Amino acid sequence: MTAPAISLKDVDISYGDTKVVRDVTFDVAEGESFALVGESGSGKSTVLKAIAGLAPQWTGAISVLGKPRGHGPDRAFSETCQMVFQDPYASLHPRKTIDTVLSEPLAIHGIGNRSAKVIEMLAAVGLDRRFRFRFPHQLSGGQRQRVAIARALMLEPKVMLLDEPTSALDVSVQAEILNLLKRLRREQGLTYLMVTHNLPVVSFMCDRMAVMNKGRIVEIAPKTALYDGSFADPYTRDLYAASGGNPDAPAPLAASDT
Amino acid sequence: MSDQQAPLLEVENLRVSFATPTGPVEVVKGLSFTLGREERLGIVGESGSGKSMTGRAILRLIRTPGRQTADVLRFDGLELAAQSARQMRGIRGARISMIMQDPKFSLNPVMTIGEQIAEALKVHERLPRRDLQARVIEMLTSVRINDPERVAQMYPHEVSGGMGQRVMIAMMLIPRPQLLIADEPTSALDVSVQAQVLDLIEELVTGNGMGLILISHDLNLVARYCDRILVMNAGRVVESCAAADLHKAQHPYTQGLLAAQPRMQETRDELPVLDRTAGEST
Amino acid sequence: MSTRDWLLDDSPATLTQANLGRAWRMFTALMRNPLAVAGMVIILLLLATALFAPWIAPESPVGQNLQARLLPPSADHWMGTDELGRDIFSRVVYGSRITLMIVALVAVISAPLGLIIGAVAGYFGGWVDRILMGLTDVFLSLPKLILALAFVAALGPGIENAIIAIAITAWPAYARIARAETLTFRNAEYIQAVRLVGGSHGRIIFRHVLPLCTSSMIVRVTLDMAGIILTAAGLGFLGLGAQPPLPEWGAMISRGRTFILDQWWVATMPGFAIILVSLGFCFLGDGLRDVLDPKQGGAK
Repeated sequence: MTAPAISLKDVDISYGDTKVVRDVTFDVAEGESFALVGESGSGKSTVLKAIAGLAPQWTGAISVLGKPRGHGPDRAFSETCQMVFQDPYASLHPRKTIDTVLSEPLAIHGIGNRSAKVIEMLAAVGLDRRFRFRFPHQLSGGQRQRVAIARALMLEPKVMLLDEPTSALDVSVQAEILNLLKRLRREQGLTYLMVTHNLPVVSFMCDRMAVMNKGRIVEIAPKTALYDGSFADPYTRDLYAASGGNPDAPAPLAASDT
Repeated sequence: MSDQQAPLLEVENLRVSFATPTGPVEVVKGLSFTLGREERLGIVGESGSGKSMTGRAILRLIRTPGRQTADVLRFDGLELAAQSARQMRGIRGARISMIMQDPKFSLNPVMTIGEQIAEALKVHERLPRRDLQARVIEMLTSVRINDPERVAQMYPHEVSGGMGQRVMIAMMLIPRPQLLIADEPTSALDVSVQAQVLDLIEELVTGNGMGLILISHDLNLVARYCDRILVMNAGRVVESCAAADLHKAQHPYTQGLLAAQPRMQETRDELPVLDRTAGEST
Repeated sequence: MSTRDWLLDDSPATLTQANLGRAWRMFTALMRNPLAVAGMVIILLLLATALFAPWIAPESPVGQNLQARLLPPSADHWMGTDELGRDIFSRVVYGSRITLMIVALVAVISAPLGLIIGAVAGYFGGWVDRILMGLTDVFLSLPKLILALAFVAALGPGIENAIIAIAITAWPAYARIARAETLTFRNAEYIQAVRLVGGSHGRIIFRHVLPLCTSSMIVRVTLDMAGIILTAAGLGFLGLGAQPPLPEWGAMISRGRTFILDQWWVATMPGFAIILVSLGFCFLGDGLRDVLDPKQGGAK
């Protein structure tokens, strides 16, 4: 068996003097789509940031594609692993055109033939070529998120960290972005680690999930647990019930009334 | 109170438009509906559908460069469009209240929670101090805050999002309004808290015989807490149905919205996507 | 397709077109503000006057004519003459060159200095921030004119030293603004995204942070221009700025002070020039703020 795409062992993460994440251990296999589920303050986004190098105060061991991670962002790492942020309105520089945003990773890594690569990537994320020289304020939320995904893919990484990529979007736009992410994973053989609070999204996107509460992982379960609610931990069961999951009365659509 | 047979709120041909350099843009295009007494109405739509503007227009809170017009905007037999700005201030809060999306931005950070709730009451009623205090504590208890005396002394930044939203509800309901407009009251909250807050709103609304307009982007949530649903798209109502009949929705837009939502027992490989080629897109 | 359509095209074909289009939109927004237009006209007038001074001015700014001392404004001498019989109008016209030079040099020296110091302090935070901001505070705690005075006293009087002195006293305010701006977005996701693709700190500061600070900086510098002109005039007035016979406006007022009761025009005419140009910069700055920084301007 090859090394896992992402591996965390006994990871504690702090901000200043407060420890926000304790004892996190999990492996994500190559090509797998893994979800970190939890409510706000559970530390799920912090885990993602620690892997990305944006939350440098951690102890334990993190490795990506078999290579141990340092505590900050570094150039070699950026070619294997990239991140998509939650808020498409905050993740694009307001004064830069889409073209500049997408060419920058290539420029930093000294990769040539940028123009062709940008056009190719725009097509891959389903954006018309007309968008290339627009500014972010001329784009809708869904289009911005497509640009953010394109930026993350410019360096052709193998591992993608997704931080609630659709929680700021409308339902119909969310569907488009989720379809896009799913297609890209299939086409490029990507590994996803996705943070979300939305269990139905996990059901659509992921193979396994780790449920976090108050900085700890309380349960790691396969996606099939969402079908029947077969969770071991009481917190997970509460979360499942609050999210509208109820094994007796299946999805609200199928039920006669709710 | 005027005659009990008339609906609580009648809206006919409500229009809201914004002046832009390229000409006026209409965001609510001729909306008509009535809200019965003690009825709970849900307005659902995606961003840009005009649902929030509708809520604000009822309270005449559209600011310049926005303009609102309506053939009828009648609340409890009172033509709101004909009220002076001063009369409107008397109605807002006292008879129609509004709960906004994020308690963080709606609470004054330098006033204690108790003072803010008391303030909401003082504006509309004159009460001796001791009664005022008692009403505040009573209200905080009714929004299920344990230890209301202590919470009344706290500042907004000291409470969690869920509790902040409950404080907002207390503030809005303490003058005992007849109509409550809740604009995305829980979208800033965690799922587990969402249900608590909505249950609370539902309980208080039915318990006090109030009307409710719940504005949200979440179809299923609105279906759970309302009697009737209006689905808005691009400033127009595309579908109006009883909440229980939502799954029988006729309009392709509503059907599209329902289908685009991932389900807990998801087996589809791809989510159906709304066709945006027709009409305005986002 | 007209040029205007090309500029306003929603889907520009090149980066240049996108940038020009944005600049055009800002320009038209600025043109809708009457005060900004007035300010711009004044500044353009100043520029034209400075550029074409030899053709506009009827006489030499330094040529003395002791027979025509202290003449009141007339058809021959629009603004009268001073105590050495020099035509005040000509001197004011030539003085615009000095004013413009002061303003331009101060802006060129102090704005980038303040911008970089502020952005570096704000971006890195921690001890870098504490040291740089401590330094800024030291400069800020001294009154501007006094500090400039001290510098000029140390370096010797003269227009160049006055400019250096004003520039040195002007940057801390800009550093403050740049730092405050940087703090608001240093943890923004688009900055983190650049770090994640491997961008260096230098790249982030120069390519991503600074462009976001510049608009508020342009506004602030424009608004400060009036103050800079006044400080320069103040130094000139105290005899520490431009030296005679240079037609610097402040120095002219200083010389005219002696005759202010009987020959009011000697001090007043350059005074008018200072007021007009300061006002021009203020109007333009206000207009620019509305265009570049919509969140700071009042609701329009």
